[in-house]
This record gives sequence, structure tokens and C-alpha cells, in this order.
Amino acid sequence: MPGTLLMLLGRAANGLYWMSRYIERAENMARLVDTGQRLALTQTSSPADEWASVMTSAGVRDAFEQCYDEYDARSVSDFLLRDLSNSSSVMASMETARMNARMVRTSLTREVWESINEAWMALRRMLTRPIDERDMPSVLDAIKRETALIRGAFQGTMLRNEIFDFAQIGTLMERADNTARILDVKYYILLPSATWVGSSLDNHQWQLILRSVSAHRSYRWNYEGDYQPGNIAHYLILNRRMPRSLAFCYRGICDSLEFLTEEYGTRHKSLDRAGAKLSKLKTATVGDIFDEGLHEFLSEFIRDNAELGNQIAADYRFYE
Amino acid sequence: MTAFDEMRLGARARQPYEAYEDWFNQQDAGRLNEKSLDAERVFRRTGITFAVYGDTEAAERLIPFDIVPRIISGKEWRRLVQGIEQRVQALNAFLDDIYHRQEILRAGRIPKEIIAGNEAFLPEMIGVRPPGGVYTHIIGVDIVRTEENEFFVLEDNARTPSGVSYMLENRETMMQLFPELFQKIKVLPVENYPQLLRESLGAVRPKGCEGKPTIAVLTPGSFNSAYFEHAFLADQMGVELVEGQDLRVIDGRVAMRTTQGYKPIDVLYRRVDDDFLDPLTFRPDSALGVPGIMDVYRAGNIAIANAPGTGIADDKAIYSYMPEIVEFYTGRKAILQNVPTWRCAEADSLAYVLEHLEELVVKEVHGSGGYGMLVGPAASKKEREAFAQKLKARPANYIAQPTLSLSTCPILTDGGLAPRHVDLRPFVLVSDRIRIVPGGLTRVALKEGSLVVNSSQGGGTKDTWVLDD
Repeated sequence: MPGTLLMLLGRAANGLYWMSRYIERAENMARLVDTGQRLALTQTSSPADEWASVMTSAGVRDAFEQCYDEYDARSVSDFLLRDLSNSSSVMASMETARMNARMVRTSLTREVWESINEAWMALRRMLTRPIDERDMPSVLDAIKRETALIRGAFQGTMLRNEIFDFAQIGTLMERADNTARILDVKYYILLPSATWVGSSLDNHQWQLILRSVSAHRSYRWNYEGDYQPGNIAHYLILNRRMPRSLAFCYRGICDSLEFLTEEYGTRHKSLDRAGAKLSKLKTATVGDIFDEGLHEFLSEFIRDNAELGNQIAADYRFYE
Repeated sequence: MTAFDEMRLGARARQPYEAYEDWFNQQDAGRLNEKSLDAERVFRRTGITFAVYGDTEAAERLIPFDIVPRIISGKEWRRLVQGIEQRVQALNAFLDDIYHRQEILRAGRIPKEIIAGNEAFLPEMIGVRPPGGVYTHIIGVDIVRTEENEFFVLEDNARTPSGVSYMLENRETMMQLFPELFQKIKVLPVENYPQLLRESLGAVRPKGCEGKPTIAVLTPGSFNSAYFEHAFLADQMGVELVEGQDLRVIDGRVAMRTTQGYKPIDVLYRRVDDDFLDPLTFRPDSALGVPGIMDVYRAGNIAIANAPGTGIADDKAIYSYMPEIVEFYTGRKAILQNVPTWRCAEADSLAYVLEHLEELVVKEVHGSGGYGMLVGPAASKKEREAFAQKLKARPANYIAQPTLSLSTCPILTDGGLAPRHVDLRPFVLVSDRIRIVPGGLTRVALKEGSLVVNSSQGGGTKDTWVLDD
């Protein structure tokens, strides 16, 4: 039987999981800053409010407000990109990702390890000093490029085994969490009850949501241009072909958990939990979700997603 | 004094370097400097770094690598191998004796006090016979050369010697940088070291182990200065890299926590010091070890490489008795010489050492890594006086040796080739038989005239070639 010769330490599985989560997080942070920057360039009513919602999406609003009095482009991008006291900043995420990668070095191909190590070196060079506003686009591009290189090395060189699965689960759990948070921060503008008249401001907000998950172009291919709140919600929650949607993420998580179940010959609770979530995402319609309450749906999702993470850690002995 | 240069004899290249010199003379200086930079990039990218204790600024540093190989002829090597084999056999016989009948003490060949009062002697090991009867499985013998035919053993590293990953990565890098050189010159391979290590460890598996033994490398963790090497070796051998937190004793076996529960381990290549190995037996505050592993070990249910307590064999106070030890257990004179050593614990020696500080190298008996030593000729008067005070306060803590004129080997500098002092650490594997890969780690003092080759003190490394001739 494949996989029986190999033994994976629980600590290593944990390291792989968090390595991937933090790489994904670094990339998501860069995308959030990008979105915020774009917004600051267009004159909206209140840039500070928009930055505040960016911080909420990033899950670091409280931490930010403890350090800074005001929201401005400089302090926000500093906090999200460089600040090591913010454990989710790009630099802190890369440090943690690399530390975990070092810990599981023996599980990774040389290509994956080197791509992570090189990304860390490149970002450390770029992010040690405050970033000049003029350099911001190239810095954000570089972050996305480095994480893309890691993903490429990972997908291209890693054997599909338990090592791959734990890393893959980490990536998808982080991504699902990120998409859900972005939606939750802006849920009110997607609600049909809001008097949506397609004002330019709303249009802008919807673009913002799509852009922050790199979906502003692909959305148009799928939904023929119109920014309809229902379509946007469908795209990011239920569309199984959209690589950042909740349904897509859970499809991948379930695949990996099923592979683990097969290889180990033991079925754990985590697969039941993830499976239940996936079947809900498969059968629900946007109408159902709006009826349940978009905010309620998303909050529950974020909570369940975190619990699934804990369940996986327990099932696969991440800790003593 | 002029040191023996291994590459040049007057205007000519010495025989082992002839082919290399031919090649070197055809190279463009700019291209070679470019290659040096390439090498550094390779090391940075692969993350071969080490941590320097007490240096928080540069938590991760590269050991400088020099692209000029250190070349040893097949004939020179074969002689070294004989000497090394004799020495590691004597070391293991000594350990077995010292933890059992202590014949060597009864015979009066070494003084009892030197064992009884020695921290490196572990009473917990008395009467314990490790699986396969091997105590020190992996040994790094530090050898220096002073003349064409004069080799001395400077130190036997019988605990957890490090540096073998540099031997392997240095070769890998050289082959990437200069593939044509390896076609031109026949260099014996070192790449099979991890495979030999695995074989060697497997051969000392405990008696009860049937089928393929489960082997693991125990590291203190990713913050340890040699972590890269621990991960590298585990990876190359295809075995697990574990930390203390992954292990626990279950049903009389040491087991590791995998994603599918606890799985027993047969052979543990530990890179954790004795003190930290078992908090129930040694340091109770250690979080790096495995509570109860010593009980499993004493019951013969796990092999630990190297065995606890091997430090007594490479202790610097014991070192001075190595000629007697080799003769006592092998019945023959030592093939490899010891450096003459004054034991400062002895009053006559202490007086001599204090009088001749400016000519001697004084080392702490338990020190390592070049810390806490005095290189007399290089030290200022003030430094020597300060050291003399320490010496008088705790004489038994020190030994002294003449300052050897270490051989030199050229490194590539901005101004071309320039000689620098080198030493050599071949790695020796002992189990059912002795395995030695032809090569080792050459450490080089990068500062002109310096005799200190330790990486923590500004030393670098070179690829070491043993010729197939």
C-alpha cells in the first residue's frame, strides 16, 4: 500500500500546515494593501473608513489601533507589510513560514525550500526600510511574485502524499478564512435589502471586493460584466471553479482529508466536519444564504473553519 | 618560521597539485572571482548557515568557502587511514574498558584521578554495554600537518562531531562550479557518506530489532547552530529528524509521535549533548531530551550514537595519554602522532608553561570551538599576563601545547593565491566495521598568519580532494 513506509511526525505535519498558511497569508496581505492603495487613489468619501475595513479584513484592526491613532496609507501599509510586531504582516508571515519550512526541511524538495528561502531573503531586503510610495507597486508585485514562485515549486515538485496534503490543507484553510473575512467586512453592500441603485460608489465597492481576491477580471468572464451583489456572493462563496471561493477551498480540503483517510486507513472527525461544510456549499443557493443572513452565514463559516483547524490538529497529533 | 606549503615546493607545484596548477594557470582571474561569488550565492540560497553564539546581529551566517581545493595524494591518505583506524579502535576499546573493568587504570598506565574527577566520565554508563559493543560511532579526528611526512592528531571528537555536511556541500558546490576539473583530475567520491552512515547505524541496531531498523536523527531544534546539518543528514539518509518533544518512552521503547500515533525507534543518531539527553538521569531541566531514554538504553532496546559518556575519550586531559592508550589496546605504537602536551595539573608542567607562555597554545580541558584558549605567540603581553592569572587559579583546567607550524594551502584572494594555515577533519564511522570516506572537512584560517581555523573565530572551509592515484 502506498504511504505505509513513510512516517510523518505530528510536529512536521503541524509545521507544513502553518508554513503554507503563512505563505498564503503573506500573499493575501499584499493583495489587501493593493486594494487599499487603489481605493486611496480614487476619491471616496472616507479613505480612513476604507482602511479600517481593510484592517478588519486582515483581522488586525485592534492590534493596529493599539499602535496608531490614525489611518493613513503610510502607517497602514507599514503595519501590514513590515511590522514584525504584527504577526500577520507580510514580513512576519514570511519569517514564520520560513521558520516552519526550516523545521520541516526534510519533508520539502530542494526547490520548495530554496524558493521559500529566496523569497524570505528578497522580502527582507525590500521590507527592512519604510517603502517609498513610488516603489509600492513594485514591492507588492514582488511579494505576489515570490509567493507565486513558491506555489509553483510546490505544485511542480512535491510528491502527492501526506506531506503535500497537510500543506495543501493549510493553504486552503487560510484562503477560505481570508475570502470569508473580506466578504464579511463588506457584507452589507451585497445585501439585496440595501437600496442598491448601482451608484458609482457601490460599483466601486464591489470592484474592491473582487480585486482583493484577484477576481475582478475573471468575474466579468463568468457573469457578463454586471456587478450584481447576488452574483458576486455566488462567485466568492459557491462557485467551484473560482480558486478563492469557499466551495473551491473546501473541495480541496476534503480531497486532501480523504487521501489521508485512505492512506492511513483511519477516518477522523475532521473529514466529517469538512464534508458537512462542503455539501452545504454544494447544495445551497445564494437565495438560501441571503435568507439565512449573509453575515450570520459568514460568521459561522469563519468560526467553523477555525474549529476544523483545531480538529485536524487533534486528529493528526500536531501536538502532544 | 616558514610553514610547509601543501601546494608549492619552491617554484614548483607539489606532485598532488600538478594537474590542478596546470588548470589554474589557464584560468582568467576575473572568472575565478565570479565563481567565488557564485559559490556564496549557492550557499545562501540553500540556507547552509550556522549561528554564532553570542552574536545576535547575524543570527545566521555563512561559513566562508574558498574555491581552491585542498589536495591529498592517495598515498598520503592511505597512511592517514591506517592511523585513524588504529586510533578509533583504541578509543572504543578504552571506552569499553573504562566503563567496565578499568584494566588500564589497574595497569597504572593512566592515573585514576583523571577518570574519577572527570565530568566527562558518566557513572551512569558503568556496566552498560551498548548494542554492537560500539561506543563512539561517529568520530571527527582533527589532524594537522607540519611537514611532508609529519601529521599530528590535534583532537579526537568522539561526542557529536559536526561539519560533515560542509564536506558534502563543498564537494557538491565545486562540482557545480568546475565540472571540467573533475573530468581532468580523478578525485575519490565522498557523496556516499549519508548512505554509509545509514548502513553503519543500522548495523548496531538492538538485538530485538527484526527487519529494517527505524533510524532517527535527534536535534535540539531549528535554533541550534548545527541544525542545517542535522536536517541535511536526516534528509540524505531518508530517516526522520526528531526533537525531544516528538519522543516519549512507551512500553519500554523510545517512540516518536507520528500523524498515525507513536512508532518505536531502533537507532537514534543524537546530536544533543549527554547532559540534555534524559532529564530523569542527567539535567532535570532539559527539554531537549527524552525522559526515561536511559532506562530503555540500559535494557538494550535502543542504540544511541554516539553512546552517552564518550566524552571521556576526547577529553583534553585524556588526550595527552593517547599514545599510551593506543599502545595498551592495540599492542602497537600509535601510527599517528600526538602533539606533545603539558598537563598544567602537574606542578613541573605548570611552571614550564608559565615560563614559556609566549611560545605555547593553552587550551581549556573541557573547552571547544576555539573559545577560552590562548595562542601565545599571537597574544599581547597583557593578554598573556591575564591568562597566567587564570592558569594559576585553576591549573588542572588547562593543557598546553607547542605552537605547531600548521601547513598552509593557498586561498584565492583579490591579489591571487595566498597561503593560509589549514587543518583536516576526516569523518570516521565505526560499527560492524570501520568506514571512512576519502576526504573530510578542511578548515582554513582566512586571516594571514592566523592559526585559528574555527568557524566561530573567522575560519573558512575548502573542498578536500583525495586523489585516485
